[in-house]
Order: sequence, then structure tokens, then C-alpha cells
Amino acid sequence: MSISMKLSRTLGTAFTGLLLAAAISTTAQASGDSVKLEKQDWSFNGIFGTYDRGALKRGYQIYSEVCVSCHSLNYVAYRNLMDIGFEEDNVKEIAAEFEVEDGPNDEGEMYLRPARPSDRFVAPYANEKASRAANNGAFPPDLSLMVKARKGGPDYLYGLLTRYQEEAPDGMELADGMSYNEVFPGHQIAMAQPLDDDAVEYEDGTPATLVQHAKDVTTFLAWAASPEMEQRKRLGIKVMLFLFVWTGMLIALKKKIWAKLH
Amino acid sequence: MKLSKSIILPFLDWVDYRLPVFSYARHNLIDYPTPKNLNYWWNFGSLAGIVLMIMIITGFFLAINYTPHTDYAFSSVEHLMRDVNYGWLLRFMHANGGSMFFILVYIHMFRGLYFGSFKAPRELLWIIGVVIYLAMMGTAFMGYVLPWGQMSYWGATVITSLFSAVPLIGDTIVTWLWGGFVIDNNTLTRFFVGHYLMPMVIFMLVIVHMWALHQHKSNNPLGVDMRTPADSIPFHPYYTIKDMVGMGVFFIVYFGFVFFAPDFFGEPDNYIEANPLVTPPHIVPEWYFLPFYAILRSIDNKLIGVIAMFAGVCILFALPWMDRCRVRSAKFRPIYRQFFWLFFADCILLGYIGAQTAVEPFVTIGRIATAYYFAHFLIICPLICKFERPLVPPESISAGVLKAQKGAE
Repeated sequence: MSISMKLSRTLGTAFTGLLLAAAISTTAQASGDSVKLEKQDWSFNGIFGTYDRGALKRGYQIYSEVCVSCHSLNYVAYRNLMDIGFEEDNVKEIAAEFEVEDGPNDEGEMYLRPARPSDRFVAPYANEKASRAANNGAFPPDLSLMVKARKGGPDYLYGLLTRYQEEAPDGMELADGMSYNEVFPGHQIAMAQPLDDDAVEYEDGTPATLVQHAKDVTTFLAWAASPEMEQRKRLGIKVMLFLFVWTGMLIALKKKIWAKLH
Repeated sequence: MKLSKSIILPFLDWVDYRLPVFSYARHNLIDYPTPKNLNYWWNFGSLAGIVLMIMIITGFFLAINYTPHTDYAFSSVEHLMRDVNYGWLLRFMHANGGSMFFILVYIHMFRGLYFGSFKAPRELLWIIGVVIYLAMMGTAFMGYVLPWGQMSYWGATVITSLFSAVPLIGDTIVTWLWGGFVIDNNTLTRFFVGHYLMPMVIFMLVIVHMWALHQHKSNNPLGVDMRTPADSIPFHPYYTIKDMVGMGVFFIVYFGFVFFAPDFFGEPDNYIEANPLVTPPHIVPEWYFLPFYAILRSIDNKLIGVIAMFAGVCILFALPWMDRCRVRSAKFRPIYRQFFWLFFADCILLGYIGAQTAVEPFVTIGRIATAYYFAHFLIICPLICKFERPLVPPESISAGVLKAQKGAE
């Protein structure tokens, strides 16, 4: 029996198990009620992906005009906006619109001062209790890591923002103040549809459709979750090129060294 | 030239006469006789050693940026990711390094199973290896708790609660593990200390593993002993360069994940800060624990489930006495070879089952796979040994290599 035949026979045994597992997984998915997310063509997909600068700016505009009324962005600082093309003066102005508590001062008192670029984004509510009190008992989660914290990532967020339904399907009773969403687990979501056509008037004149809004704010939040991504992928390409060349040289060297052996 | 002759060489001799580091290195790293026929499956031990060093070094830098406190742990990790220069690189190298470590060690172990590397006189070498594996599992579990995400917290809850199944002292053990009556700051602190301590233990165990290895030297694909000088070649340059080729290929895979899919092995839920009031809908351990998690869940009784889970690992200690066939390599064992692959498929299947929710048909499949897992060691291996007629291995490595070369011509 040749080596390849042996290999295929033994591998065949191993893969029977895998195939069985795969077959089971398909039936399990079919029986579950999870909705298939539509994969979007994100600018940051792939090994060369970068964040579309226009989408980032528009996305920030949506966050700062819509999302910010309920959602915090605790791990992002105003100075980080300079990484996506905002001017320093502009960032100072943006920060100064918010107030943060500082102190104690020389009198031992805490005081409010305008936020500086080095401050993190100021949260809309002082704490979780305050935000629940203002939101019908629901807690709007922090958005800093949202894109990394959900299965499906940006596609989930895009689906969540675009797939609200006016009415729940027959036989499903929505609780008071809840909305129906095709993507949200359990479909009953406390957040009313946040975006719609013309929710925001873009500064750069891009047509303000719901789809555009959802794509832009998702891009912005993808950046907020992985601000290192562009640097990471750029460095990764260089490291990979080095490793390919280096490994190629090692293979050549290995052949040369072993050729002496009989 | 002159300098080296007049100063450096005498100095090295002076040191070596008092502390023989150089002759030791020459003996164990350069002249060290190694079977001439090792294939690339023999690369994984040294690769695992390289990853251990990467883990220890990146871990040091992570630790100096980390705050082991429930209020700050999660945000200190985000601080590292966002504000520390190349902090994301350190963390992704460490997190993916953990998964890579297990992949390499699993391949290393299956290599040992296939070629009979656990058999006499290498039983202790194998047993020390299983101890290293156990230490790795403990280390990885504690490390996964440190980012203090949802899966960290709830994974810790599920796993530490298992100890409550121990009769009489179970609850005491759990309280001691937690450092209190709930998982809280005390738990996090002691896990941090444990996670930093254990790699040092692993490092020392690896030295003992190497010590035992160098006593009887490497096994080889033919599974026959080195008898004549023609059977072996010096480790350097032949296996230093071969190990470096393996390292290059491995780094391409490893850094491929680090740079382009750093969260591939992670759970999205761990980017949500730990919250004792919200249970995630589906608690799963890290992938490398899944086969044992499946064994745990396929038994209804908690205590027996826990015992079965630990037995699943500890049964590896007994393997040298379960499979007593004198022929080591599966190359010459037509029956064992088939059952080796069945066992491999069974482990993969168990891993798959461990990732599913505990509903039918997964429960039944998991039970069958669990039964088969233990049957492999307790029934199948001894039976094969009894009834199999192995082929006759070549008399020596060089005879085997020559025969293979002739066959190829």
C-alpha cells in the first residue's frame, strides 16, 4: 500500500468524525432562531482594510448627535479623534462642550470644568442607576467595545440598526415601550429605532439614508473598538513579508546542510 | 584572532573548568546524538518551548501594565490596548500564544501516541509531559480570568464550582479558591499570582522533561533504538536548522492570527466587563478545554462528572501500562494505526460537542464519545496489544532508512 493511500485512509477515518460533526451543526443552526446576518462590504475588511475616513467622520457626527444622548463611550478620549483626521483645535472645541468633575481644589471642594482633549468621552449619565431611571428601566450599554463584543461584529450592529419592524409578528406580545428587532436576541429591544432616513444632516452632503447612517456609525464604532487596527495590519504585512523571505531562506539552508548527509 | 587566543579562550576554559556550562551546552545542544530519521512531527516540542518563552516574556510586560482589581482589571486591559505603545501587540501575542501553545502541545502529544514515544524506557518522560499539560491547563484557566470580562467571570464560576462536588470538604475548597464566599477581588488577586507563578513551575518541569529526554534520547518514526553511530547525527547543525524551518512556518501561522484575526480564538462576550448579575446565555470554556468539558457534561451526577473529567486527563499517566505492545511506532502496527485515528476523531468530536448547548442530539453523541474515549485506553489499547500481529520493524534506524530509500528508487 502506498503512503498516499495509507494517508488518505487514515485521514478518511478522522474526517468521518468531522463530517458527522458538521452535519449536526447544520441541523442545529436550522432549528435555532438566530437570524442570518447580511455580510457587508466594510472598508476595514481584509488584510489591507482601513477605516474609510469619510465614514468615520460621518459616524462620529451620528454618535455625537444621536447615540450620545443615551450611550457612553468610556474608553475613547477626545484626543483620539485626532487619529481619524480631526484638527487639534476642533478637538479642543468638541471637548469643551462637556463638563467633567475635577478636584478637590485648594478649598477641598470638587468642581466642574470644561473637558480637555485628554479626557475620556463624557458619559450621558452619572451611573447605571441614573441611566436606568431615565430609560424605562433599561441600561443603554457602553459602545466603546460593542463591535468586538457581539457575534457578527459590525454586521450585527448594522443589522440591528437597519432591521427594526413596526409591528411584532402575530402571536408575539411586546412589553410596554419595547420595539421589535429582527436581529436582537429575543427580538424585543428597549431601544426605539434610533436612526431613520434623514436622522442626521451630513456636513459633507452625503445622502442621509438609513443604510448610510448605519454603515457610517458602525464604521465609527469599529474604530472605537479597535483603534489599533490600521497600525496592526500595516505592521502585519511587513512582518509577514519578512517571515516568508526568512522561512524561504531557512528552507534553502536546511536543504543545503542536509544534502551533505548520506 | 590574537585576542581570542590570548584572552577569551583561556577565560572560557577557566570558567568551564569551574562551571562546565560550555561543555554542557556542547554535549546537549551541539554534539547531542539524535536519530537521523526524525520527521517534521518532531518539531513540535521545541516549538512549544519557544512559545513558552514568548508567553513568559510578553506576560511580564502585560503584568506591569495590569491592575489585578475587579474595579480596574478590565479597564487596565483597555488602557494597555489603546494607550501603551504596542500594548495591543503584546496582548494579542499572549492571548493567541496561549491557543498556539495548546495546538502545539496537542500535536506533540498525538505524535507521542502515534509513534509510541511514551513506551519504555520513556514512561517518566511521558508522565512529566502530562504533568506539564496539567500545569498548562491550570495556568491557562487562571489567565483567562484576568481580563475580567463576562466569560472570564462566568467561566471561573463554572469551573471553580466543580470543586464543590468533592464530598465533605468541597465547599471548603471552593471558599479557599475564591478567597471568600463569592468570586470577587480576592479571587482575582490569587488567580493573578497563580498565573504568574505557574509558568515558572512549567519552566522547571520543562527542564526535567528535557533531562529525562536526554537520558534515552528521542524516539523516532521507526520506533527502534539508536544502536550504531550510523543511526544518529549531531543535533547541530541538522536539527537546529530543521527546528528553525519549523519555527519560521509556525510564526507565519501564529503572527497571521496576531495581526489579522487576533480575536479568532476569543469569545465576544469577554469584551463585556464582568457582571455578576447578568449570566451569558451560553457559557463556554476556551477551545482547548472543550473535550474535557464535554466529558464533564455527559454525566448527570456532578461528582462523577468531575471525576470523569479529571480522569480524562489523568488516564494519560497510565497509558504506558495500558499499551504494552513492544513495537513502538504505529507504522508497524496496522490495527493500532486505525484505532489511533479513530481516537483522534473522537477527541475532535468531543471538542465539538463541548462547544454546543446541552440538548439532544449532542448529549447522546457526547456520551458515546466519552465512553469511547475511556474505552480507547482501558479496553481497546490492551486488546490490540493482545491480538495484533505487528510487522517486524527494521533492525536499526540506518537499515530502515536504507530500505525506505531503496523502496523509493
